[in-house]
Amino acid sequence: MAEGLVLERLRITQGDTEMVAVDASVAPGEILTVMGPSGSGKSTLLAALTGTLAPAFTLGGRILLDGRDITALPPEARRTGILFQDELLFPHLSVGGNLAFGLPPALKGRAARRARIETALAEIGMAGFAPRDPATLSGGQKARVALMRSLLAEPRALLLDEPFSRLDAGLRGQIRTLVFERAQSQGLPVLLVTHDAADAEAAGGRVILLGRRDD
Amino acid sequence: MSPLRLAPALTLLVMLGPVAAGLAGTLLPAFGIMPVLGRVEPGLMPFRDLAMWPGLPRAAALSLGTGLAATLLALALTMAVCAGWQGTRAFRWLERALSPLLSVPHAAAAFGLAFLIAPSGLIARAVAPVAGWDRPPDVLILQDPLGLSLIAGLVVKEMPFLLLMTLAALPALRPVQSLATARSLGYGRSVGWLKTVFPRLYPQIRLPVYAVLAFSMSTVDVAMILGPNTPPTLAVQVLRWMTDPDLAMRLRAAAGALLQLGLTVAALGLWRLGEIVVARQGRHWIEAGGRGRNDAPLRTLSLGLGTLSAVAVILGLAVLGLWSVAGFWGFPALLPDALTLAGWRRSGPALLAPSLDTALIALVSVACALVLVVACLEAEDRFGLRPSSRALWLLYLPLIVPQIAFLPGLQILALVSGVDGTRAAVVAAHLIFVLPYVFLSLSDPWRGWDARHAAVARALGAGPWGVFWRVRLPMMLRPVLTAAAVGCAVSVGQFLPTLLLGAGRVPTLTTEAVALASGGARRTVGVTALMQTAAAFVPFALALLVPALVWRNRRGLHHG
Repeated sequence: MAEGLVLERLRITQGDTEMVAVDASVAPGEILTVMGPSGSGKSTLLAALTGTLAPAFTLGGRILLDGRDITALPPEARRTGILFQDELLFPHLSVGGNLAFGLPPALKGRAARRARIETALAEIGMAGFAPRDPATLSGGQKARVALMRSLLAEPRALLLDEPFSRLDAGLRGQIRTLVFERAQSQGLPVLLVTHDAADAEAAGGRVILLGRRDD
Repeated sequence: MSPLRLAPALTLLVMLGPVAAGLAGTLLPAFGIMPVLGRVEPGLMPFRDLAMWPGLPRAAALSLGTGLAATLLALALTMAVCAGWQGTRAFRWLERALSPLLSVPHAAAAFGLAFLIAPSGLIARAVAPVAGWDRPPDVLILQDPLGLSLIAGLVVKEMPFLLLMTLAALPALRPVQSLATARSLGYGRSVGWLKTVFPRLYPQIRLPVYAVLAFSMSTVDVAMILGPNTPPTLAVQVLRWMTDPDLAMRLRAAAGALLQLGLTVAALGLWRLGEIVVARQGRHWIEAGGRGRNDAPLRTLSLGLGTLSAVAVILGLAVLGLWSVAGFWGFPALLPDALTLAGWRRSGPALLAPSLDTALIALVSVACALVLVVACLEAEDRFGLRPSSRALWLLYLPLIVPQIAFLPGLQILALVSGVDGTRAAVVAAHLIFVLPYVFLSLSDPWRGWDARHAAVARALGAGPWGVFWRVRLPMMLRPVLTAAAVGCAVSVGQFLPTLLLGAGRVPTLTTEAVALASGGARRTVGVTALMQTAAAFVPFALALLVPALVWRNRRGLHHG
């Protein structure tokens, strides 16, 4: 399969201990859920996919994205968008500045970039928020800006590291639906890491269970 | 290979290379080898010469006694204040009063204290009406032969340092929980703290305590201002020999410097022995289960002494300020008869050049230190280097090896290679001491940065340097500027490196101030010491002001 995200006999070890072993593929628009208790190596798996694995770990196997082997590529060349549990908006930039950080430099001209950001903000119901300090946003607003920042960078896959667990119950479903819908409409393979069964259910796709590493 | 990878090695070389070279440069003349003087035969002559000096036993005993006493008092007071008051409003108040005092240069604090406690000082003036004095009492308070005023000067300056080091180490030990547990078992506050927090805290502040001990034993500027004169402490005497016009005295100076190193090593060994004994006795004390519920006297005493220590420095600076603008100020008068700017007009212009040199040397050495430290910390992340506890020892080495033990050797090397007396040599010497402080100040916040910001930025397409310039450095603006301010304060306060490597030809505010120690006019001392303090304070003010302005609309960066 050429399209989508393929984890080919992926194996992460630390010293002699195997942390994670996964063999899976995620088609465009599909959501693969990885579940497991804390300490099962879920975040390690995502770090391997984004290319930010700590040097103490060894990675075996291959990661293919739309048929391209990205295993050895630096993080910035992989085009794997990631959303964490915390929104991690850059506190020194405005809301618009955060979105501009994600917008590729190929879109040139200050006015054009600004217009693109304004459109993006309108799409998530936050028109006019560009000059705001991200610290003044509500939890739901932060989550939406973080999602939009990721999408503006035109990723080829979306990785989710328990991105809904910080939100309160009402908001959680709303943001979850938004993220899944946007990913599906853009045809992105999604890898969702969670320990919340409700997330897995909402995703509706296949589920992989990771064991505890000391089992 | 990336040049970044070499940053840790380069930093160690810049910091420890001069220490090692300086020690070698001290060792050779101490054993009679000094080719400049035509001495090439090794021998013990310098040591014999040193032993013949009649002041030696007393000078050595003074170094050892004042150093140990000052360290013990500063540590005991700091711990008593923490034990009795941590987590209370009084503690936060004292913390706020003491922290800025860390940046007050040693020389200025010593002069301020001298102006307070001298027979004609402010305290005597306040007592005079009651005691019926119409002239300064004829007692030797300042530069007393036992070094008591020297000890006092060291305690008031080292206590803020130990307190700050303690405050940095405390949160990880979760003292609130420990204390709550102990108190629920019926322990008094102070005893509960000493039994549950102190044993875990001490290993964390051991290196700073060693640095305080080594510094207190071998300080030159504070001892020249507050210490006894005939004989002075060993370190001061070594400096006198070093600056003697007779070059042959350098041999005796080198032998004395080596003796100072030996004394420091011996004192550290003695202290370590004390640690072991206290740890063993302490275990029995803890297991005996005494609750120590009545700690009110100890708490009152510790808060009183802690406040006194802060007030002494602050009041001292105020008296310096008063003297700098004083007209006629006869003895029993509590305040000067008139205020005048004559002192500033007279001394100010002459201090312009030293002020500029002070700023230039501080800025260049701090800039070098920041580049090296940030490069080291960045290399840690990029190459997954794990700093060992040995690395921390290396960082403290320049603060523990006495300055007077290796700077004379370094000066001789500089003399031989013809770089002595240049600003570059002074900057290089300052860098030895600025580097560890900048590293200690910046490493915790830098390492504490949430690396997921980097993961997000790189997933958005930013390269490693993009992350560094566009995300990490802006987010680290406040800690970087704070570290720079700490570095500036360290550089501004340096006396011995400036004097020796500058060969007396690169005067700074500090060398000018200390030069006034032997009977300088009070108004000149006031002006000079005040300018020295300002030079150390201004960077701290900027470090507070600049991030507050730049990030005034970024609430996420206001705390932490």
